Amino acid sequence: MATTYEKIATTTLGSSAATITFSSIAATYTDLRLVIVQVGNYQDLQIRLNGDTGTNYSMTQLSGNGTAASSSRQTNVAQYDCSGGTAGNSTTSLPLFSIIDFFSYAGSTFKTMLSTKSLDMNGYGFTVRTVGLWRNTAAITSILLLLNNADNVGTTATLYGIKAA
Amino acid sequence: MSPILGIWASQNYPRITSSYESIATATGTGSSGTITFSSIPSTYASLQIRCTFFTAAYGTPNVNVQLNGDTGSNYAFHWLRGTGSIHVTGQNSQSNMRLVPSSIDMDATYPTVAIMDIHDYASTTKNTTIRSFGGSDGDTYFASGTVGLLSGLWLNTNAVSTITISLSAGNFSTNSTFALYGIKG
Repeated sequence: MATTYEKIATTTLGSSAATITFSSIAATYTDLRLVIVQVGNYQDLQIRLNGDTGTNYSMTQLSGNGTAASSSRQTNVAQYDCSGGTAGNSTTSLPLFSIIDFFSYAGSTFKTMLSTKSLDMNGYGFTVRTVGLWRNTAAITSILLLLNNADNVGTTATLYGIKAA
Repeated sequence: MSPILGIWASQNYPRITSSYESIATATGTGSSGTITFSSIPSTYASLQIRCTFFTAAYGTPNVNVQLNGDTGSNYAFHWLRGTGSIHVTGQNSQSNMRLVPSSIDMDATYPTVAIMDIHDYASTTKNTTIRSFGGSDGDTYFASGTVGLLSGLWLNTNAVSTITISLSAGNFSTNSTFALYGIKG
């Protein structure tokens, strides 16, 4: 039986780095899922697709930090920003957990993404949900993660393919 | 290699199995606002629907969910929605649940996406709870984007065998795709 949910690639940072890249992504699947366990001094997480640095991204966010809930929008920006929430520090033992779903990534329509971002440090934390748009009809063949490279050794990113019947 | 050793090796090598299986897919036709998954087997622990959809013409229809063809007032749902501002709602004794929050701008160009989970769908002793996460962003083309978290309840203890997703108005365009997955316990 064909595998429906399959790991494509994984990267673990052995030294601090500002980016992680997944390239040469085959058009074999229906959706992609990116799972990121992130450590470091600040939880920046932004994404560019196919090397597109143009202002072709937009997003709508919903977040809560235990004190307040908020919602915001960004339009015509140069990356899909999953950061959101309130700035704060994760550590190697209290990491930030993110999942980003790329729907119909190999199709010929604009691409919509859903992401979740969660951190709880027993006194500080937040949860963020984001929907994003990449205004490009090309199939996604590369995903660039833009990270804050302050002491993020141990950050892990894994890309999965999900294939419908 | 000895044929005897080869046979022994193949019998003892771990078989590749999957706990996440694709059950069925459905696509929009351009002339219907309804998608149905039927004859769903009771062999999984949970179901998941992942979808990307468009409407053939612009609108802000409700995207309704009904189970087992039940059109009675046996559903309830709640949502938390962000559009740049926050909106919450809770509705009881409804004739359907929702896949995504209401008032999302939809057309043939800007995708709306959702992931809907139904846990313990095959139980015959529990009412059915669903959760859904979805939304759409149309950049500056639409007045707003929407990201939403939803919960839904079907007040019926039958196993879920049919899932119907329907628009309150308009049709799903032909590049709309809905995929049903089963997750084994």
